[in-house]
Amino acid sequence: MTRPKGTLIRNSTGTRLNHWLTAACFVLLVLSGLSMFHPLLFWMSALFGGGQWTRAIHPWIGLVLAVSYAAMIVQFLRDNLWSKDDIAWARTIDKVLANEEEGVPEVARFNAGQKMVFWSMTLLIPVLLVTGIFVWDYYFESLTSIETQRYALLIHSLAAIAAIIIWITHVYAAIWVRGSMRAMTQGYVTPGWAWRHHRKWFRSLAATGSAGPRPGKAADETHK
Amino acid sequence: MASLAPTFGRGAMTNTWQDIKNANVVVVMGGNAAEAHPCGFKWVIEAKIENGAKLIVIDPRFTRTASVADYYAPIRPGTDIAFLSGVIRYLLEKDKIQHEYVRAYTNASLIVKDGFSFADGLFSGYSEDTHSYDKSSWDYELDDQGFAKIDDTWQHPRCVINLLRQHVARYTPEMVSRICGTPQDKYLHICDTLAATSAPDKAMTSLFALGWTQHSIGAQNIRTMAMVQLLLGNIGVAGGGMNALRGHSNIQGLTDIGLMSDQMPGYLTLPHENETTFEDYMKTRQFKPLRPNQISYWQNYKKFMVSFQKSFYGNAATAENNWAYDWLPKLDVPLYDIIRAFEMMNKGAMNGYICQGFNPLQAFPDRGKIRRGLSKLKFLVTMDPLDTETSRFWEDFGPQNPADSASIQTEVFQLPTSCFAEENGSLVNSTRWLQWHWKAAEPPGEAKSDIWIMSGIYHRMREMYRKEGGAFPDPILNLSWDYTDPTNPDPEELAKDMNGRARVDLKDESGAVTLKAGQLLDGFGQLRDDGTTESGCWVFSGSYTEQGNQMARRDASDPREQGIAPNWAWAWPANRRILYNRASADLEGNPWNPEKPIIRWSGTKWVGIDVPDYGPTVKPSDSIGPFIMNAEGVGRLFARDMMAEGPFPEHYEPFESPVPNVLHPKVRSNPAARVFPDDMAAFGTAPEYPFVATTYRLTEHFHYWSKHALINAILQPEEFVEIGEVLANEKGIAQGSWVRVSSKRGHVVCKAYVTKRIKPLTVDGKPTHVIGVPIHWGFTGQARKGYGANTLTPSVGDANTQTPEFKAFLVNVESVKGPEV
Amino acid sequence: MADLQSQDYIRRSATTLTPPSARSHEDQVAKLIDVTRCIGCKACQAACMEWNDLRSPVGEFTGSYDNPHDLDPHTWTLMRFTEHETDDGNLEWLIRKDGCMHCEDPGCLKACPAPGAIVQYANGIVDFISAHCIGCGYCVAGCPFNIPRISKVDHKSYKCTLCSDRVEVGLEPACVKACPTGAIMFGSKADMTDWAGDRIDDLKSRGYQNAGLYDPPGVSGTHVMYVLHHADKPSLYAGLPDDPKISPAVTFWKGLIKPVALAGVALAAVSGFLHWVIAGPNEVQPEDEAEAEHLLAAERSKKDGDNRYNADKPA
Repeated sequence: MTRPKGTLIRNSTGTRLNHWLTAACFVLLVLSGLSMFHPLLFWMSALFGGGQWTRAIHPWIGLVLAVSYAAMIVQFLRDNLWSKDDIAWARTIDKVLANEEEGVPEVARFNAGQKMVFWSMTLLIPVLLVTGIFVWDYYFESLTSIETQRYALLIHSLAAIAAIIIWITHVYAAIWVRGSMRAMTQGYVTPGWAWRHHRKWFRSLAATGSAGPRPGKAADETHK
Repeated sequence: MASLAPTFGRGAMTNTWQDIKNANVVVVMGGNAAEAHPCGFKWVIEAKIENGAKLIVIDPRFTRTASVADYYAPIRPGTDIAFLSGVIRYLLEKDKIQHEYVRAYTNASLIVKDGFSFADGLFSGYSEDTHSYDKSSWDYELDDQGFAKIDDTWQHPRCVINLLRQHVARYTPEMVSRICGTPQDKYLHICDTLAATSAPDKAMTSLFALGWTQHSIGAQNIRTMAMVQLLLGNIGVAGGGMNALRGHSNIQGLTDIGLMSDQMPGYLTLPHENETTFEDYMKTRQFKPLRPNQISYWQNYKKFMVSFQKSFYGNAATAENNWAYDWLPKLDVPLYDIIRAFEMMNKGAMNGYICQGFNPLQAFPDRGKIRRGLSKLKFLVTMDPLDTETSRFWEDFGPQNPADSASIQTEVFQLPTSCFAEENGSLVNSTRWLQWHWKAAEPPGEAKSDIWIMSGIYHRMREMYRKEGGAFPDPILNLSWDYTDPTNPDPEELAKDMNGRARVDLKDESGAVTLKAGQLLDGFGQLRDDGTTESGCWVFSGSYTEQGNQMARRDASDPREQGIAPNWAWAWPANRRILYNRASADLEGNPWNPEKPIIRWSGTKWVGIDVPDYGPTVKPSDSIGPFIMNAEGVGRLFARDMMAEGPFPEHYEPFESPVPNVLHPKVRSNPAARVFPDDMAAFGTAPEYPFVATTYRLTEHFHYWSKHALINAILQPEEFVEIGEVLANEKGIAQGSWVRVSSKRGHVVCKAYVTKRIKPLTVDGKPTHVIGVPIHWGFTGQARKGYGANTLTPSVGDANTQTPEFKAFLVNVESVKGPEV
Repeated sequence: MADLQSQDYIRRSATTLTPPSARSHEDQVAKLIDVTRCIGCKACQAACMEWNDLRSPVGEFTGSYDNPHDLDPHTWTLMRFTEHETDDGNLEWLIRKDGCMHCEDPGCLKACPAPGAIVQYANGIVDFISAHCIGCGYCVAGCPFNIPRISKVDHKSYKCTLCSDRVEVGLEPACVKACPTGAIMFGSKADMTDWAGDRIDDLKSRGYQNAGLYDPPGVSGTHVMYVLHHADKPSLYAGLPDDPKISPAVTFWKGLIKPVALAGVALAAVSGFLHWVIAGPNEVQPEDEAEAEHLLAAERSKKDGDNRYNADKPA
């Protein structure tokens, strides 16, 4: 992919592909899952070819998502480790929401909000995976007791709703913070975007002369 | 029915299925009615719900019948006589008998000959050499006119009731418990419940089946209860009776039509070889009354016999040739039963076998011997709707049928037949109803009716006799065969033959014609001994009259809702539904139980809901007994010479038993039983085979048929044995694991059902374990392959009927890792 | 099974609208199974297999008369045998015909996510409409009696229909017709309850002090009821639930959570929209680009050994 000169690599090609794989799975899971969750939304099962197909495909998509999300953890874990700065940033969330820059601490590659998304999903997806397997009748009907399955269904639903709410937040944030979307579609951001939203990250790139996404990495891309 | 006839006069269930609902007490012993007769069992439930009846079950296992019983007691297989003799003792000791009934309707008062005795397990007249009795001492003391002497006061020491009292004195509750393993309290509770029905207006019904017959003392098992019922006054009354629940839909018909080697239709008996003339033959059959005025209906034997011969041989049977008496086969042994037949096959004395509707490899004892016998035949013809094990005995099916085909030279002709639903015809049910049935479907494939096949064999044989002569062609060449289609007689034509017809115009005393020549008889009352009537089976006479096919009647109306629907089908004899129903009324002709009357004396005749089993206008004051077939007119507590092993029942151990006979150690088992030497050698002993085994049927299956039906195979798919928890623990046998059950004759490897329903019994102070062996699995059909219970069973039968002792024998059991391969 | 006229539905799974309620005079039906007169002959099982054309594979013996060993898509009713020793040492062989209880408040229907896959008719019968079934197995979780079974072949859920096709045309269920001892009866729920009362009186007179009717209130009663000798301990009968109720997990999942969850999702979306309206997008400003360029230039010169930009390093 061509990247305009002087821009920074926010997400590598591999990361972007994996992200969109995860995203696609997630969207499909939301649509199929919600159709089986509430009668008002059962019509969405038509998108999958009907209720039987929806029921059949949902767990398989879930498995793909589990794998892709595992890869995402590998890709993003280091930059999502919690630090003291995150607490300081979180304290200024009102300013962040108001699009104010003043007084908001400098942020590395991910801010505390993004890390919350990451860690929430990292927690919820295994829960969804395990409870999902418990209620995957075709293969695992006799793995657990019916009583366990009842609670698995309950937990699966609760976890899914939580994940959906987080996902909505994540999507909105991407829309709200302009330039973010391109960071995940084309993979690059302008130095100004980096300066504005992830100044610490920007400084570290600048200090090493790296084009991103990590300091010292992809130096070859810098000169493209 | 070799015990009911000697007791009551006829070998059949006395009451109807529906009548069971009138009982106050239902005793199921020697049977498992709920399991083996689930449809008929509805009447037991009805008795419980509508009549407040108590259901008592006495069985080695806690059966499905026991699951709905009010009271259950266990018993060791093969000890029923001890139990019931104890009951008789109890009834006599507590004076819980129906006095008026016993005095008037049984032979309790008749005096027995002086020479009669019983000591150390043997009655008078025993011969060690022949293993049989000279029964001349087993009879009444007769007066000058040839009538039995009587003592109505029961003071005479040799009157039947006193001899009986003396005979059963040994069967104390302690002794019963010691022999049977039944706890004394349970036994006494049952005695008490039974005894309550000695009240004239209370009735007990006894439901039994193969659990009593399949013993070396089977007939006497039944007789003991028949005696209990006589003492309680429960025969002939509503809700009473001895109710033999037959195991096949038409097994009563088989008996009626005389399909035994010593029988002819209608309970006429084949001559023995020393009865060389018709006169000799008739001498022992026309029972002269043993008490004044008695009906003694067998006095008419000659009418039945001549009419039978006329039916068989038509014009060829004449007064001059003694009604073709010489054409009848004569027996050189008492019975050519199945045990003897297979003994003869094994010895090379029988080399052809036409096996019609039978599966001996599954159904007969000591399967190894059966297979060896079939292997020695020149030819075997099987006629069956199913692919039976017998037809495939020569084929190697693995451990379940390890045949070496190459060494077997038997030529097998497997002829597929239609089944009952694929033909018109009649079935005689337990309760003697001849019920006509109509074809529902065409037989599949090449299947043909038995009638078509037998007609074909007959015609080909007749042709051969005609052309080639042969040793004795007369019986075949002279056979009357007058049917529209001689190759395939219509079942209705055969039914009419059995009913019988007039051969000339029959006239009454006034000379008026009552029946024209060729017309169907109204009943056996019209039969004559001069060759002017014919009837293929006199007891069926009345079933197909000029009024039509009485068997096809389907009017279920039951005027008193008392279980008697006189216009539903037709019951032999003479459409009587409850046998000996004269005994339901007292000496004056009033019902013992006014709530449930059957017949009563109106002052001029007998009236009621059933056809009187009695002269319709015979006055009560004539003192004619209610058991009209018996020469004494009464029921027999003392069976005279009619039973092989004694006029009173005596407890003998099964031929394979874990204990000695504590009553008389020297005479352990039935002294009158016939045992072939090879079979004797194949009996096991308790040290080697310490456990008592018993075989039986399960509701899910019908003998060896229903394993061919998918639904039944699903409902009970695989061979197993039932083992009590205590024994299973001792032997390390886990629930559902594989076990090897072996007898001296063979072994079975199958799954174990470890159950609480079989408990160890304390017999003669020692714990005795019972192992249950259901019979249903073989190597053909839809269910899983099985060895068949009769791999284990001994080849010995009842002394009267030769019914094999399937219900009590010895086995060992051990845990094994898995199935044999 | 048969999709009866939809006006007969009083309940329909995954349906938020009020079911038709014009037919208010239909009799409630019930099957009464009198365990105390059942002889365990399995005629009911055979009749069920025949009427519904069901055949399980020929199984194996595993140590009881329960054959097949469990309910399955081809086995809608099953005799379950329990050997029970009473306190006084006597044995009882308790034989119970297992199958759908046709709850007045059916847990399966409550749990079902597929509109119209489970319905309850005005006569009380709970039926699975296979055309609408998606095979998710939620009915299994919803059922307090462990009845529905999902086919591995066609992914539909199966159970006893109470022969709704026979009852519709005025016949009794096949098992009732086949029962030789009258242990299974069928009629209006009121009649069956009355008759059960007579049976219980008889049982009490025979010493079964705890005889009673099993019509569990936890599911608002059932349209299949049992007469038990030991109504105080239903679980003796091969685990018949003592006090069956729809699991609280299912009630919560299919009750409160559904609206709250949708509201939560909607709230999240609406919050975003409002934020957009109030705060608007967070866009990169030209100053940001300038500052960034400034920094980059400084770093470049630092690397080049030029310190000119050092003083201008942004704060």
